[in-house]
Amino acid sequence: MTAPHGFSVSRYAPERSTLARLTARDSVLRRLDWPILLSALALSLIGSLLVWSATRGRTSLNQGDPYYFLFRHLLNTGIGVALMIGTIWLGHRTLRGAVPVLYGLSIVLILAVLTPLGATINGAHAWIVIGGGFSLQPSEFVKITIILVAAMLLAAKVDAGDQIHPDHGTVAKALVLAALPMGIVMLMPDLGSVMVMIVIVLGVLLASGASNRWILGLIGAGVLGAVLVTALGMLDEYQINRFAAFANPDLDPSGVGYNTNQARIAIGSGGRFGAGLFNGSQTTGQFVPEQQTDFVFTVAGEELGFVGAGLILVLLGVILWRACRIARSSTELYGTIVAAGIVSWFAFQSFENIGMTLGIMPVAGLPLPFVSYGGSSMFAVWVAIGLLQSIRVQRPMTA
Amino acid sequence: MTNIPETGRTPRVQTRLVVIQILVFSLLLTLGGRLWYLQIRNGKEYTDEAKNNHVQQVVQPAVRGSILDARGVPLADNETRLVVSASRTELMRMKDDGKAVLTRLAGVLAMKPEDVINKIRLCDAKTPKPCWNGSPYQPIPVTDEATTQQALQIRERAEDFPGITAEPTAVRRYPAPGESRTSQVLGYLSPVTDQEIEKAKDGDSPYLRSDQVGRSGLERTYDKELRGKAGVTRYEVDNLGRVIGQAQSDPAVPGSNVVTSIDARVQAVAEWELHNAMVEARKTFDKNTNENYKADAGAVVVMEARTGRVVAMASQPDYDPNAWVGGISAKDYAALTGKNSNFPLLNRAIQGQAAPGSIFKVIPTTAAVNAGYEFNGRYPCPSSYSIGNQVFKNFESQGHGNITLGQALEVSCDTVYYALAHQQWQKDGGMKPKKDAKDWFYKTAHQFGLGATTGIDLPNEVSGRVPDRKWKQTFWEANKDYWCKIGKRGGSYVEQLSYENCLEGNLMRAGDSVNYSIGQGDTLVTPIQMATIYAAISNGGTLWNPSVGKAVVSPDGKTVTEIKPQAHGKLPMNAKTQSLIEEALAGVATRGTAAWRFGGWPQDKIPMHAKTGTAEVYGKQTTSWFATYTKDYAIVMTISQGGTGSGASGPAVRNIYDALYGLDDAGNQDLKRALLPKPQAALPKIAADGSIDAPTVKPYDPEAQKADPAKDGTAALAGPPAATWRRD
Repeated sequence: MTAPHGFSVSRYAPERSTLARLTARDSVLRRLDWPILLSALALSLIGSLLVWSATRGRTSLNQGDPYYFLFRHLLNTGIGVALMIGTIWLGHRTLRGAVPVLYGLSIVLILAVLTPLGATINGAHAWIVIGGGFSLQPSEFVKITIILVAAMLLAAKVDAGDQIHPDHGTVAKALVLAALPMGIVMLMPDLGSVMVMIVIVLGVLLASGASNRWILGLIGAGVLGAVLVTALGMLDEYQINRFAAFANPDLDPSGVGYNTNQARIAIGSGGRFGAGLFNGSQTTGQFVPEQQTDFVFTVAGEELGFVGAGLILVLLGVILWRACRIARSSTELYGTIVAAGIVSWFAFQSFENIGMTLGIMPVAGLPLPFVSYGGSSMFAVWVAIGLLQSIRVQRPMTA
Repeated sequence: MTNIPETGRTPRVQTRLVVIQILVFSLLLTLGGRLWYLQIRNGKEYTDEAKNNHVQQVVQPAVRGSILDARGVPLADNETRLVVSASRTELMRMKDDGKAVLTRLAGVLAMKPEDVINKIRLCDAKTPKPCWNGSPYQPIPVTDEATTQQALQIRERAEDFPGITAEPTAVRRYPAPGESRTSQVLGYLSPVTDQEIEKAKDGDSPYLRSDQVGRSGLERTYDKELRGKAGVTRYEVDNLGRVIGQAQSDPAVPGSNVVTSIDARVQAVAEWELHNAMVEARKTFDKNTNENYKADAGAVVVMEARTGRVVAMASQPDYDPNAWVGGISAKDYAALTGKNSNFPLLNRAIQGQAAPGSIFKVIPTTAAVNAGYEFNGRYPCPSSYSIGNQVFKNFESQGHGNITLGQALEVSCDTVYYALAHQQWQKDGGMKPKKDAKDWFYKTAHQFGLGATTGIDLPNEVSGRVPDRKWKQTFWEANKDYWCKIGKRGGSYVEQLSYENCLEGNLMRAGDSVNYSIGQGDTLVTPIQMATIYAAISNGGTLWNPSVGKAVVSPDGKTVTEIKPQAHGKLPMNAKTQSLIEEALAGVATRGTAAWRFGGWPQDKIPMHAKTGTAEVYGKQTTSWFATYTKDYAIVMTISQGGTGSGASGPAVRNIYDALYGLDDAGNQDLKRALLPKPQAALPKIAADGSIDAPTVKPYDPEAQKADPAKDGTAALAGPPAATWRRD
């Protein structure tokens, strides 16, 4: 087995000690984007505290063990970091070759969700229960697959030097391949994930240099689709309610509006410095539903205050800033598109998640990257970090 | 970036990457801004909201103070009852909203399941009673009359009755000592409403969710004193209401006891006699309407003449105040307030108003003296008095020649007053009143306290009415449209009257003045006003604010706050006029219209003064009025559609005096039997532990007052005197 691209250290003195190799000026460790890595780690650790605080009293969830979710979140983070290392080791270029396989696997998995293997959690039939307390949410991985498959197609001819920008045929093909899994996820229905995927596709198309007409056309189609879906009553009532309640929680204070209202009270009551970890009455009293997953930001808002919640925004900002830099400095369009896709994904998902807890976005079942409890999400975002690192590691040492 | 590789990034891509970056950071900035807005700008508001969210109050009710009579006999106290309550929060958490549990509970309590379910539903605009209008977090009482057997069943099968408790609890009780209900005077309690909580929130005595509030009578006037302070424990709770910590705890402070001037024994006599007088009146034939008297309502007031303190106050129809305890049932509520109920909740002693008839005559007598007429002058008393073509009859339709004002009072001669009122009316300018019109007859009525409340310490007292020029003007302005619409010249009585009223109803006509002078026409008074006036005549002219509350005693008995009687005026008469009027009123009791009811009365020992009144009411039978006083007490009784003053009310009032002074109906005094020969001045004895020892009260036995014929052969009297004396 030949060494993958990422670890091409062998061209330097192979007799050097491991420590020396790792700390050498051109080593992988030196070339990693540390701000991204440290921010992601910090977010995951903050997340573990928030998840712990949100769940230590929820005996119906934690099976009597207040540390249950803390340990699971740390475990998920560990697995996530391992997946990142694996991704860096394989390298995004290697993965480029495996994209058709990954794509096929993703389709199979999300189709499996629609079979009796799938389970419904919070109105979305988006889960596969593996057993032993584990369940899988394939739509999280589909986000990566869509980025990779679109990047592969759109960058293929450009990176080969045949084209300056992807041609219409290529864009159309990429859109069709992205639309297939999105359509299946829509059936679950996991609208939040579909929204994220649409934004990913937009970001990918933008970064690929595809014609403006495609971008505008896609936005137009999205608006038209939204209007049609609403007009034709294709949305279930709970979806419309969720949408209406963010704008006016008083519309349905005991139903959907309850979540947004309680979330807002929790965050608002945090003030500058928060009530202190474990001291938030809204959190301790379990007034905010789904607080360890979708509404985890409210724990930060209430117990860590503006300072703590602001820190989460700053850390997300660092990751996004560095990821933009990686996109701009990639030697190939493929890397640029993948990085831009990840930026779109993280940015929109974070905005939607935090925005709904702050009452400026409709409620959608989306986790906050790194912070929310949930294995699938954690693994997917760490793989994405791995991809970003791989893009950075594999470019020439000129930057 | 210093070194841009050639491949991959055309300027277009490069620009778009910058666009993406700008978009991404705008989103982050939006979040940051919103976060600042919620946490820094509006943080306080949300902190308060979070506090409301997670703190729940559990209230330990304070034991409400007792209402005691003048000797310490409880008129309202508390008893321990087995109360079965349901926790709504717990029931609503069940799959069927607790229906199964409540149905089982209904079985044990032998109630209908829907009755139980209705009791714990929450009141709102659309829900009819019964429903719960207290806090949903408070256990809701289903019954306070559970037997030990039922309570044991519920407790032993706790697993079958989740959310249900059966516990001994202090419950209001109106023990009715000596069968005295004292219904309207005591009033009743009902749970506090949301609006009241909101209103009293920032005051010095805020309400708690579980509070019962006095709705009428003494329970309302002295609510603050009686209520005490409920103990509150504030718990931190989670979203399901489960307790996660105790925040704060204030212990309950029991309410104070209120000692009243009511004497339960006298009250029992007054109630029995009033009721009996009405029963008797209904057996009496009314020649004017050719049917028996209806005697549909009545009231009696027994007042200490020298303090204005109320010794007894009864109003018929009455009700059992215990009906309100533990939440009134829909049936009972309808019986008390429905259209056909005749409104037993009304305290007619202070809320019933009627034309006073001849008991009013002390006022025009005083007015005449103040206007310059000699008390002992001679005034013609013909059988009728004419103004133009209008004839005003002397109600006895009998002349008495020229008589003094005292005699006019004694024989209740209407025409004397007609003439004086008419003269004064003319003097004041008649239909076109002078600027400085004296209006003696009206002014004097106001000076006697009519047309205004007496200030008794009971809620919702009404003021009655003195139909003076000012009132006529306001009344006409309010009604002229209606009168002018239905008025018809030469039509039926009502149409003709409306026609006249439409034309000149704002003017004081001669007839109005004349009618008014004998307490007829638009004059309205309440029994308590008349009792206050007659007490004032007795005590030398002081118009006391009638009072029921006498002292507030703290629950430990250490602090006693006496409620001192207060006066609101003096009668506008000098000592001479007063003694002449007293003489005349004594004459009424010995020689005049009331004499046949005071046969054998020991006038030399206990001088009795009286005035009878029989007021005409258009379309109804006459109102019986009887106003009396001794040096100690004033008693006023009235019976609506009851007949004449002395006829309907006379025996009852006499019997009340007999009971007070221990007289038999031949006038023999037995002080051992006397309930209250002198008003109770001292407060009841309060033991060191704050408890108040109460004597037992036996029910009133009307037979006991009958004279022993074997002992005294002269007993019981002659029948009524000549018919002419009866109509007054």
